[in-house]
Amino acid sequence: MIDERAKKTLLSVRGLKKYFPIGGGLVTKAKSFVHAVDGVTLDVMAGETLGLVGESGCGKTTIGRLVLKLLPKTEGEIFFQGEDIYQYSKEQEKNFRTKAQLIFQDSFSSFDSRDTIGKIIGEPLLVHGIASGSELQDRVSQLLLDVGLKPDLYNEYPHTLAAGQKQCIGIARSIALNPDFIVCDEPISALDVSVRAMVLNLLKDLQSSKNLTYMFISHDIRVVRWLSSHIAVMYVGKLCEYAETEEMFAHRLHPYTEALLSAVPIEDPRKRNIKREILLGEVPSPVDPPPGCRFAARCKLANERCFKEDPVLEERKPGHWVACWENFHGESEIS
Amino acid sequence: MEQSKKPKKTSLLRRFRHNKPALFAGIVLIIILTMILFAPIFTNFGPAKSDLANRLTGPTTEASMAVGVTQPHFLGTDQLGRDIYTRLLYGGRVSLNVGFTVATIGGVIGVVLGMLAGYFGGWTDMIIMRMVDVWASSPTLLIALTFVMILGPGQKNLIFALLINSWTLFCRMARSQVLIIRSSAMVESGHAIGASTNRILYKHIMPNIISPMVTTYILELAHFINAEANLSFLGFGVQPPDTSWGLMIGEGRKYLTQAPWIVIFPGLMIATTVLCLNLIGNWIRDEFDPLAVKL
Repeated sequence: MIDERAKKTLLSVRGLKKYFPIGGGLVTKAKSFVHAVDGVTLDVMAGETLGLVGESGCGKTTIGRLVLKLLPKTEGEIFFQGEDIYQYSKEQEKNFRTKAQLIFQDSFSSFDSRDTIGKIIGEPLLVHGIASGSELQDRVSQLLLDVGLKPDLYNEYPHTLAAGQKQCIGIARSIALNPDFIVCDEPISALDVSVRAMVLNLLKDLQSSKNLTYMFISHDIRVVRWLSSHIAVMYVGKLCEYAETEEMFAHRLHPYTEALLSAVPIEDPRKRNIKREILLGEVPSPVDPPPGCRFAARCKLANERCFKEDPVLEERKPGHWVACWENFHGESEIS
Repeated sequence: MEQSKKPKKTSLLRRFRHNKPALFAGIVLIIILTMILFAPIFTNFGPAKSDLANRLTGPTTEASMAVGVTQPHFLGTDQLGRDIYTRLLYGGRVSLNVGFTVATIGGVIGVVLGMLAGYFGGWTDMIIMRMVDVWASSPTLLIALTFVMILGPGQKNLIFALLINSWTLFCRMARSQVLIIRSSAMVESGHAIGASTNRILYKHIMPNIISPMVTTYILELAHFINAEANLSFLGFGVQPPDTSWGLMIGEGRKYLTQAPWIVIFPGLMIATTVLCLNLIGNWIRDEFDPLAVKL
């Protein structure tokens, strides 16, 4: 049963590109473009979690917005349950909005500060005409219980709550419509360390009880490892490596993944002397980038070819994709 | 719900009470509005009733000799023996009517257009805002004057003429406010749950820009009461025997040296009303704008 479900692709992204113009207006053309997402291809399996990692500004959030059709794409295709979301009819689009949801980094800023908690959580149900009146109130109370809050918060305002509870309100709002797929855009980055575990556990519990599929966007690879079944590593708009979580941690095939993993702090002080991969140089600008591998300038393996040709994402091992010209194998002792 | 709302409301009232100028302005405005709305209760004269025996008399507390009337001409009479106090009350109806109508209709049109321009951007924004630029680049009074000349004087035409320009400020204000909110997570969240554009615009964006709009409304109200007075003074507003504060000043101008009260009292009324509206407008702006520096 589980195996069958895992094989089903919920979301597939093919050659997705998003360029943001710099300058230019209605009449004049933009002179240059930010290549926020530059040809990304990946799949998200139903019932699983894809962890999308990369440093800030690498286009993780943009992908999250694109797969929810909250931004117009530049190029490429996104299929949700087999259908291209950019070809949807109005009816299909409305249906899509009940199936795919978003959890914000800072949920509080996504609330209308004039609304009560009940209104915020109940709005999706109201918008889609699923519940109203006392039924709505019952559903919202149940949702509050689902995320571990008291139902009597219904008439309170969110600014009276602690940050972790605000995030739970945001989660309750996004699961109100019983979606299949949720994009979690750095849902714990804005939280205190003390409440992160609470929110992560909640997300994991909800996933199993409601059979949710997550795209979990984060820059913290430890969190992603704990929650995700697959990991995709991004660098300046491109995918570097994509594999199952344990496979990725066992065999790093891209030097950037290696550097990312070895940057994770190690709790055990006795292991402090471990050899680490430390990146030098700066992240290149995503504005009209030159051809070649984006990582080349910081990569110790880079050769002439890396500066001239874009590496292609290829399946080096079954289920393990990597975009690198070199035959790299991570060696540092990280696990 | 009531529990959480109550403290907010009382503290707002308390803050209003502690702002002495705003409180004073509010009380004065309420008195003026009540007297104007219920003019017949506050005076025994009619607005056009001549007391020819007492033409151009100054303010007095002695009852007039007019038949059947036992009320003195508190604020004197004009060149036709009409009671200034009475005419102030009735003339105020015209002044406030023009002010409120122009500011309200202009406000609604301006806010809706401004919201569309700010929300949709692109060509919508370009067309609406260039229209605003064109209208706003020419002086309100000059445009209104031109239109009244074409349409002929009268209250309705005056309102129409002032409306032509009155929406532009609202439009600019609403647009700039919407531009700030449009890119917020709140709007994105609305899209994510599948809320319609209308719902996002009118249920989420509009309530959040309402307080700067109220401020603009009140300040514009003062502005258009002034504008009506100016146009009526020039004779392009209401026509005699009807009157407004501006027209009263215009008519009394010739008698300024002999009977200054004809001009002074309507002038005071305009100044008081406009000042009070400005004081309240400023208070609301400070109260609802978290970035405003509190003195």
